[in-house]
Amino acid sequence: MPVAPRNGQRVWTRRTHAAEWTVWAGWFALAVLFVLSWQVMNERTIWAFVQDAPRQGADLLSRAWPPRWDYVDNLWRPLWDTLNMATLGTLLGTALAVPTAFLAARNTTPSAFLLRPMALFVIVSSRSINSLIWALLLVAIIGPGILAGILSIALRSIGFIGKLLYEAIEEIDETQVEAVRATGAGRSQIIDYAIVPQILPAFAGMTVFRWDINIRESTILGLVGAGGIGLQLQSSLNTLAWSQVSVIFALILATVIASEWVSSRVRRAII
Amino acid sequence: MTAPTRSSPGRTWRRPPALIKSPAWRIVIYGCAAVYLAAAMGSVELDWARISQGLERGARFAEGFLTPNFTTRSRDIWQGMVESITMTVTASVVGILISVPIGIGAARNIAPFPIHSLCRGVIAISRAFQEIVIAIVFVAMFGFGPFAGFLTLSFATIGFISKLLADDIEEVDEAQAEAIRSTGAGWWQIVNYAIQPQVMPRLIGLSLYRVDINFRESSVIGIVGAGGIGATLNTSMERYDYDTAGAIIILIIVFVMLAEYSSSHIRRWAQ
Repeated sequence: MPVAPRNGQRVWTRRTHAAEWTVWAGWFALAVLFVLSWQVMNERTIWAFVQDAPRQGADLLSRAWPPRWDYVDNLWRPLWDTLNMATLGTLLGTALAVPTAFLAARNTTPSAFLLRPMALFVIVSSRSINSLIWALLLVAIIGPGILAGILSIALRSIGFIGKLLYEAIEEIDETQVEAVRATGAGRSQIIDYAIVPQILPAFAGMTVFRWDINIRESTILGLVGAGGIGLQLQSSLNTLAWSQVSVIFALILATVIASEWVSSRVRRAII
Repeated sequence: MTAPTRSSPGRTWRRPPALIKSPAWRIVIYGCAAVYLAAAMGSVELDWARISQGLERGARFAEGFLTPNFTTRSRDIWQGMVESITMTVTASVVGILISVPIGIGAARNIAPFPIHSLCRGVIAISRAFQEIVIAIVFVAMFGFGPFAGFLTLSFATIGFISKLLADDIEEVDEAQAEAIRSTGAGWWQIVNYAIQPQVMPRLIGLSLYRVDINFRESSVIGIVGAGGIGATLNTSMERYDYDTAGAIIILIIVFVMLAEYSSSHIRRWAQ
């Protein structure tokens, strides 16, 4: 227990001297890092543009308002594509994530030395790369369109669902596995009757949650050419048609709110 | 013990349905899902000629990924990385500093109603749009470069931290606040002595987690012109310089893993 002598008496303190100095040094390092970063940012910023920002903002608003509401007729088809991208991407990603998660979980992996690290690597690399970067790569490889969007959503979802699912598998109640094994069940039967029922509610919850995130992400994948409402956003931005941009923003906002509502309702029903 | 059960002929155990208990709803929901899936699959346009063309490009990309080229564009990569880290640090510090008062204001149990609804409004706006959309607007207002990225990430940080902090404050143990209040403490003293010790560990954890997220996002918002490594990646993709793109993606993966690992390490130490 950390105690410090004070006025000849031993008094309780929260931390030892060494720990106190470490905490202080940590905060100091953070302050130095912040000041250095701020300087780097200052050097690379054109301050004339920043000072101009209020005028630019007002100009932007005056162009964006009123929104060109009749433009919304051009948006239903891209919106449908966006929803499909998110949903099909979630399904594909989930289908790929489930076997990966079973390979990655310590208690179900067939080989802890070879397959588990590989599965974990797949999960980590999929999580590190944002779906927009996946889309950037896939559009270059398989061409612009909704397929690139579906694949990039799927690739990003593998890591998310895979990570949560393998953690859920590792946290199951082992006694149920033991009970099913005692009946003479084989490997796949153990997974089917002892593990799946335990993780199913969590699995459904995380899939719906990821679907909600994917709806948000799929609205902007079009910026790099992967289909959906983002394509319209990109072309409106390129032609500086801010009155169309505001309509698109409003539609994205409505979609996001609706999907969040759906996902929270479904999750509350499941869990 | 109980009497030995007779196996009744004609009655076999059937596994209960996993998720949806009522059979009618099950048929309706699965039917709707099937119809939707058919429609969604139909809307995907596959251009096999383009895809087979792209596979050759994909092979070149895979080659670039396996033989990453860090040297040719090392100056651009270095600059992009420095900008990304700069944006992450400044935006995290400023964002968290701003989000603490907003989070306190948004907690229903310690803030008066007008302030509560105002702060919740700010949080809702910040959370509704994802980073890319905010970045588009800020780039248009403040010009290209890391300053727009800094503002975007700070804004997004406010929504994230304030929301979770406010929810956390609303769930504190009221007995401790009551105890401090009974000593005649004012509002500041209640916040300082009753609320802050209860929410501090979680606030530190959330802040570190947000640093991690900010770095991931900083690698993306460059695609719309807000500086950072994403801008470098976008440029190298547009030049078909796949060796450099591979190097950048490897760097992003390494840095994200480092950030995730160290943030979870510090979190464990701090809590």
